Amino acid sequence: MSASILANEPRSRREARMRQLKTSIWRVLRNPSTFFGGAIILLLIVMAAAAPLLATHDPVATNLSDRLAAPGAKHWLGTDQLGRDIYSRLLYGAQPTLAIVLLVIGISAPVGLAVGLLAGYLGGWVEALLMRLTDIVLAFPRLILALALVAVLKPGLINAVIAIAITAWPNYARIARAEALALRNAEYVLAARGLGMGDAQIMTGQIMPALLPSVAVRATLDMAGIILTAAGLGFLGLGAQPPLAEWGTMISSGRDFIFDAWWVAAVPGIAILVVSLGFNLMGDGLRDVLDPKHHE
Amino acid sequence: MRGSGSVLKVLALGVITLAITLLGLLVCTFVIGRIMPIDPVVAAVGDKASAETYAAAREALGLDRPLYVQFWRYVAGVVQGDLGLSTASGRSVAEDIGRAFPATVELATLAILVGTMLGVPLGVYAAHKRNRWPDHLIRITSLIGYSIPIFWLGLIALLVFYAELGWVSGPGRIGTVYRYTLQEWSGFLLIDTLRAGDTGAFRSAFSHLILPATLLGYVSLAYIARMTRGFMIDELSKEYVTTARIKGASEARVLWLHALPNVMVPLVTVIALSFGHLLEGAVLTETVFAWPGIGLYITSSLFTADMPAVLGGTLVVGVCFVALNKLAELLYPLLDPRTRAT
Repeated sequence: MSASILANEPRSRREARMRQLKTSIWRVLRNPSTFFGGAIILLLIVMAAAAPLLATHDPVATNLSDRLAAPGAKHWLGTDQLGRDIYSRLLYGAQPTLAIVLLVIGISAPVGLAVGLLAGYLGGWVEALLMRLTDIVLAFPRLILALALVAVLKPGLINAVIAIAITAWPNYARIARAEALALRNAEYVLAARGLGMGDAQIMTGQIMPALLPSVAVRATLDMAGIILTAAGLGFLGLGAQPPLAEWGTMISSGRDFIFDAWWVAAVPGIAILVVSLGFNLMGDGLRDVLDPKHHE
Repeated sequence: MRGSGSVLKVLALGVITLAITLLGLLVCTFVIGRIMPIDPVVAAVGDKASAETYAAAREALGLDRPLYVQFWRYVAGVVQGDLGLSTASGRSVAEDIGRAFPATVELATLAILVGTMLGVPLGVYAAHKRNRWPDHLIRITSLIGYSIPIFWLGLIALLVFYAELGWVSGPGRIGTVYRYTLQEWSGFLLIDTLRAGDTGAFRSAFSHLILPATLLGYVSLAYIARMTRGFMIDELSKEYVTTARIKGASEARVLWLHALPNVMVPLVTVIALSFGHLLEGAVLTETVFAWPGIGLYITSSLFTADMPAVLGGTLVVGVCFVALNKLAELLYPLLDPRTRAT
């Protein structure tokens, strides 16, 4: 922490908190990884939100006379085999990507946090049972388990989300358990117990807040993996179904024309690469910023 | 000997947790197989079968028994190498997978070789040039490797190196002219063609293999280089490194002969882990390159809704993944004498 900010003592708890927040935000902005990562994520959000305003064409309108048109003035990034405008589809494709990421994290992070918290705090047979379950799910390669699950649930966006969430929670459980285990007998927790707080109150009020930063970093790093898995499922025809514009599905439809009309597959692939790079940069940078071991 | 005793204990514990995990895998594939919306009896006899035929098939498949009996039969079958029959082709799933498996292993092995031979030196170099531009460049290369959709990279690489430049052969495992004359012995085409002394076939197999293997290798390179860098930075801050430098050892000597051998133990673990992850990447890569391995087997079975084949493939990949992770875990105490002391 820089000396200038701490030159005078904060006068209240609120002021101390605000200063801490200011330092954190400054650190996040100053770090090139989080800066570029954040810019890419912001771009993704803008694309998803403003797709109807920015698009030049209807993303699902087919126009067979214009099919497989090369990038040019009329179609900035060309058209696909049904004459749909790739630039417009690319913008709309940000929506399912963002939705999948948020839904998967929204389901898997709380579940993993709860499992890890219970296992780490309660210990004993609860821990043995929950962690064995965690290891079993971790034992499957992610994409392959998601693949088998979607195959039985029937292909589709929501089922892809469910399948990916089922494969994603164990990582959070592991992190949460390790930290809860370390905090179980921390002095402030013992003090809370001495004050008569029950286990449930200690877990939710005292230990859970301490676990949130690591879970948040893990979630950011995970988002890139979720995007790649979702795109992989889309590529195999198991994710979003046509005519919905989804990047993985768009690559899949461009596959048959890769040698004649490279842009159909190339453009959405670049989008996936950039967005998942953005989340990786963000997660990488956040880890450096939040982990005091890395401060120099 | 106390040392070997603790190794035995680690091994025994490892075997027990391995057994529980494998049983868990079987429960997973069994449960997924039961909740599927496709009725396996209808899949076997067709939807025009009479009620009697349906009941007879149901009995023959053992589906009229209680669930725990069905599960027991399933486990007993898997242990004996019986993964059921493909509903699409009627062939044994285990035999089909046995045929596809060497193709995947051949691809993954070459990939891990590429990843290790490039990733380790890059990681060492990045640690040496820490926080200077070569380090940043290697870091960005790694991050891109983490972020790239492998199926897309495969398509683009086919476009560039096969269609445009003509440096490598396209999809498939070997040229059509050699496909029917080749005598399979090990299932690994590079070995089989060499054994037959057919240099033309060897060259064809190699030129089919090199592109998908390099791409998969790039993805594992990303992880290996990054971990090597981290291990090396820790190692280079140790006192013996300073001592070696003071004694006048060249920087190359310090890096490659003093520090690197000491990070080999955790590195072996990392390499075993990335081998497991390659199996996952192989599913998509095989689909793009029409590579007749286990990944292509799973994805092509998906399209015919051939669930015994999909679940059999999933189980086999899961078991390999578990085995490799376990191996990585066990190699650690076996290779590092320091963890052996009580």
